[in-house]
Amino acid sequence: MTEHVLNAEGLNCPLPIIKAKKMLKSMPAGEVLQVRATDPGSVADFAAFCNQTGNELLSSNTEGDVYTFEIKRS
Amino acid sequence: MLDTGDLDNAKSMSIIVTKGSLDWAYPPFILGTTAAAMDVDVTMFFTFYGLPLLKKELNLKFTPLGNAAMEMPMAGGHMAMPNMMAVLPGVGGMAGKMMKNLMKKKGVASIEELRDVAVECDVKLIACQMTMDLFEYSKDDMIDGIELGGAATYMEKALKSDINLFI
Repeated sequence: MTEHVLNAEGLNCPLPIIKAKKMLKSMPAGEVLQVRATDPGSVADFAAFCNQTGNELLSSNTEGDVYTFEIKRS
Repeated sequence: MLDTGDLDNAKSMSIIVTKGSLDWAYPPFILGTTAAAMDVDVTMFFTFYGLPLLKKELNLKFTPLGNAAMEMPMAGGHMAMPNMMAVLPGVGGMAGKMMKNLMKKKGVASIEELRDVAVECDVKLIACQMTMDLFEYSKDDMIDGIELGGAATYMEKALKSDINLFI
């Protein structure tokens, strides 16, 4: 399984979501994308994105000003 | 991931884009590209002053004139722009430059960037044929990947869409 990492630090809405979608699309089903973002809105937005698209949000964490997400591609 | 094109229950959205200044260009392109990323089938119909947003070369401006709510962050506070100042020559251009710098600093995508994403994500971009004729644009002035259509083309899409927005 290859590691899929998206560094979306410094990017604002809607770029983290759009870049995440682009990466998910290129990944095989079942693999996990790790996202790092600094946009505080990304916490609510990644939850909504995963709800709508069926990709599974495995984790959503905050470490200081950095938000990390793990998304399993459906 | 599902290919929504093959599904009858895929969600869809249409947006009528009627304004082409920098500030008015953001809501339709942000919503259109985000919806496409969420597997929504998106149609954007560009008419009147929204049509120039499809031109190959964009040089988007905005004016604070008549926008009483506009404030720019400045030295830790916020600066309003009185209409008396906004009306002066060059203020609109300057405000546009300031806004673009601010957006870059804050990691906000440019309209050009969002438009590229829209094309890449198969958002259907329809240029209003009547406006093309009215303002004498040719299809060569416009980016590749757009379609031409009229009110009936829009209505056919809108009647089948879950969300229809007029911006």
